[in-house]
Amino acid sequence: MTRKLVEPTQLEQWVEELIKAGEVYAPQAKGNQFVFDQLYNSKDLRLDYDVTLLPPKKYFHPPEEVLLEFDRKAMSFTSVFENNPFVLLGVHPYDMAAISQLDKVFSMDNPDRHYLARREVATIVVSDVQQVSKDVFAGCMGQATMEGKSGHDLLITLLEDGRYLVDAVTDKGLVLLGTLDNAPDADKSALEAREQVWANNRKQLRQHELKMAPSELPQLLEKSYDHPVWAEKAELCYSCGSCNLVCPTCYCFDVQDELNWDMTTGQRKRVWDGCMLGEFAAVAGGHNFRSDRAARYRHRYYRKGNYSWHAYGEIACVGCGRCITACTANIANPVEVFNRLLEDE
Amino acid sequence: MKLPSAKTLPDIYLPQPATLKEKQQLTPHETFFRFEMDGEVRLAYKPGQFMEISMPGIGECPISITSAPSVGGDSGFELVVRNVGNVTRAIHALQLGERVGVRGPFGTAFPVDGALKGKDLLFICGGIGLVPVRSAINYVLNHRDDYGVVNILLGTRTPEDRLFTDEIYSWKLRDDLLIRETVDVADRSWGADVGVITKLIPRLKLNVLNTQVIICGPPIMYRFVLSELRKLGMAQEQIYLSLERRMKCGVGKCGHCQINGVYACQSGPVFNYADIAELREAI
Repeated sequence: MTRKLVEPTQLEQWVEELIKAGEVYAPQAKGNQFVFDQLYNSKDLRLDYDVTLLPPKKYFHPPEEVLLEFDRKAMSFTSVFENNPFVLLGVHPYDMAAISQLDKVFSMDNPDRHYLARREVATIVVSDVQQVSKDVFAGCMGQATMEGKSGHDLLITLLEDGRYLVDAVTDKGLVLLGTLDNAPDADKSALEAREQVWANNRKQLRQHELKMAPSELPQLLEKSYDHPVWAEKAELCYSCGSCNLVCPTCYCFDVQDELNWDMTTGQRKRVWDGCMLGEFAAVAGGHNFRSDRAARYRHRYYRKGNYSWHAYGEIACVGCGRCITACTANIANPVEVFNRLLEDE
Repeated sequence: MKLPSAKTLPDIYLPQPATLKEKQQLTPHETFFRFEMDGEVRLAYKPGQFMEISMPGIGECPISITSAPSVGGDSGFELVVRNVGNVTRAIHALQLGERVGVRGPFGTAFPVDGALKGKDLLFICGGIGLVPVRSAINYVLNHRDDYGVVNILLGTRTPEDRLFTDEIYSWKLRDDLLIRETVDVADRSWGADVGVITKLIPRLKLNVLNTQVIICGPPIMYRFVLSELRKLGMAQEQIYLSLERRMKCGVGKCGHCQINGVYACQSGPVFNYADIAELREAI
């Protein structure tokens, strides 16, 4: 739609304007790692981050959110929706791909108004990756760039000459441009420079090399249900759910009630849950429909590479590599598992 | 992708109030409840579907509807609740006139107006498996001319665990259905069969080709019952099963009830066996 060439100082100024205008969430340093958090000062913005501890999905599907307020005596329930407009700045393309998948999950069949209310008021600024994280393999999953993708409103790319190409791709993005609209239009050479960044990222974001096209995964898993790798890996699994916790496409949740001090009013909350946790499929009365650790381990991989494909046409792994980093037992590398299945096919 | 406008959407997690009108203890662990929706709410549920019952402050849980639907919808519904967890314990403590929150009905139903119509029917229920199936049985009895021969097999652990004993007695008095009961462990009062429910199957006189089977029971029961039905030459397509899973949200989002890639709360709880025979986590 509108592509602007922006100097770094101008970009910083623009970010300051955004902060003044409303809520901005963006990657910032936390120790020697990075997190998405509310941005109060443009100086704290770190578009050069490699990967954040938690994916930005938390702004749409928070670790904990109030679904409704209730009153036990009146037996009344009141929905609670979050709809404060906000800007989510600096999302990497693989995390944007994950958000687009959640968009599908929460809008299909029975649309989830709580998720969609947040999504509707968000303006998402994607930033092309500047630093390669140690476990990223988004290049293998076709999620290294936004080329041919949608869901975001603006795309910011740091070019080789130190300037930014800011690309507004939706009406919301155009509005957000604000004063950047005065910047010069990106010329052909800037667009070529961006092509170069993309080509580079496609190559670089491959710290682990998947030996097949992602589209082959559903078929490969179809044949691998009884493969020994599930039990071998699960042997070392603590069932801690860390891989679920950091995954940008995981969306399973539990629902819990909390009573206020008056013992009458309270909130019903949605909290993240994880299919690797032992009690995930347990019902009251004691029966557990997935008590076997290996079955839970396998279930997670099938949800990423097979079930998601059949349910909503996506491979639910975008190659962020967070599970690889987070796993204390060092068994959660999807690339390793999928390559092994391919070798033994 | 164009997302639906949030403001136009209902809240799929919002319960409606309902009032307890009738309560009757059936066994030491299971109690019967009849709720009426507050206000003018009409429910259009089908046999086999379930409701999510809220005890605010404690939680919400899925419970099968046991009443048969009436023509034109219902203002209330019946449940049988086993006292096994926090929410069900709180439901058991309810007094007449007290209220709960309800969402639903959810899930698939026994095809009483579809594939079951005009056919001989064989109902096989283990324990509280009778609860959802009772809805189908009574629907069939309310529209008796629409169906062929009706056989009902009921199994419980002990005579004490039998549900709806008066109703079962009234079914036994009818001449348009055949009902057989068995218990795993009998006491002195017991005058019928003893042993697992599968033992009753070979004794049935069935027109196998014209029969549709409805099964609901504890997880362990399905494999053995299905194996007996296979011996009779029953095709997978003739068999409907209701499967229990942890149906937390009821709307296909939370992930707890998945059977491999299938959401039990959406594609189930009632499945045609042919549709799930290949699902390794199903039976």
